[in-house]
Amino acid sequence: MCLAIPGKIVEISSDNQDSALVDIVGVRRKIDLGLLQDDRPAPGDWVLIHVGFAMSKISEQDAADQMNTLRLLGEVEGAVQEVQGYGLEGVQ
Amino acid sequence: MRFVDEFREPELISKTAEEIRRLAGTERQYRMMEVCGGHTHAIYRFGLKDILPENIELIHGPGCPVCVLPMGRIDDGLAIAQRPEIIFAAFGDMMRVPGTQGSPLEHKARGMDVRIVYSPSDALKLARLNPEKHVMFFAIGFETTAPSTALTLMRAKAEGIRNFSVFSNHVTIIPAIRAILDSPDMRLDAFIGPGHVSTVIGCRPYEWIAANEHKPIVVSGFEPLDMLQSVVMLLNQLRRGEARVENQYKRVVPWEGNRAALRAMAEVFQLRPYFEWRGLGFISQSALRLRDTYAEWDAEQRFDIPGVRVTDPQAAQCGEVLKGVLKPHQCKLFGRECTPEHPIGALMVSSEGSCAAYFNYEHRKAVLTSLSSMA
Repeated sequence: MCLAIPGKIVEISSDNQDSALVDIVGVRRKIDLGLLQDDRPAPGDWVLIHVGFAMSKISEQDAADQMNTLRLLGEVEGAVQEVQGYGLEGVQ
Repeated sequence: MRFVDEFREPELISKTAEEIRRLAGTERQYRMMEVCGGHTHAIYRFGLKDILPENIELIHGPGCPVCVLPMGRIDDGLAIAQRPEIIFAAFGDMMRVPGTQGSPLEHKARGMDVRIVYSPSDALKLARLNPEKHVMFFAIGFETTAPSTALTLMRAKAEGIRNFSVFSNHVTIIPAIRAILDSPDMRLDAFIGPGHVSTVIGCRPYEWIAANEHKPIVVSGFEPLDMLQSVVMLLNQLRRGEARVENQYKRVVPWEGNRAALRAMAEVFQLRPYFEWRGLGFISQSALRLRDTYAEWDAEQRFDIPGVRVTDPQAAQCGEVLKGVLKPHQCKLFGRECTPEHPIGALMVSSEGSCAAYFNYEHRKAVLTSLSSMA
């Protein structure tokens, strides 16, 4: 919850500019871009995600570093589980 | 330094560790608090205590939202969820946190409709999918998650979704730091500032710590090198008698924070006059409630709650551990009655709680060492 997960914007919804499809370690899920309305990301940009919301834009290198941090902390599995749960998918 | 080889730039880590030893010298003790639970986890995981010289002591701060939530709030949330129409939705971190009558997960086993969500917007989605039910989102977190709850509430209001409410336990980090500095049994020299909270609030809110309290604070990333560099920055300030706010995590944290996130929080939330923190007691203006313009979506205004204050189990010493007065293993219950599998106190529940972190790394290490010496 407190450690951010890096993701790459794949596509922004045509009917809702606050909704984007992102790729997070190979898992594709919709996230909310509403908290980046002052500095909107575009497809191809990297963002840090907390609880389904993009919180900041980052560089590709920083995204790789953050992924590495999660790996070192043993939190990748938890992060993937969180991401897979976005949109209530796979949630009981 | 057994872990160093796994890290990025191991040579730089070794050089930074040497620099720390040189700067720290031997004449005095340095007490630094890492405010954020993510940092606490990282410190144990990476074995940073083995890297730092003995005269640098890291004190674990209050920055684990699950750990500082008093049991009475969990009871209040679960009391609302006894109503048949309620779906109780919360992050996975909350599910095993004990209330007086058991955790949310145990209530689920007894038939309560309890759902794990990974985003507040999914709690709202549950409300859309279950129009005959009422979804109450049990919200926790510092400024990393509060803006997402706020934006979700703005969406609920805009769409007119009325079978949704939030039970807000959102807390803010600055008043907790202030309370710790005011505590008479707390002697600290410096702070390692939270990384991801600061992406939202920026670095400016820490300036009073430097200006009024004359304590340096460095906002830090989570990698071993980040944290060691932050310690170097703090030592440099302390040796020169300076106290400034510095940003080691510039690649992610903008000085001004995320204004859109702050606007969303300001639109939806207002400060409570006071709020109870586990281990720290009542802290004024330290938590967020929904504004009256959002009363319809405020579970505390919509439903009756018992609001009973519950004291922690007497033998558990969560408060002393939370304030850094006791180390986790000095608590009477640590590793015996209270373990990550059967937590009694919240510090044992979350991987960001200092007891769970200590148990998972230091305690296991000590047990293994004693076993191998017996062999």
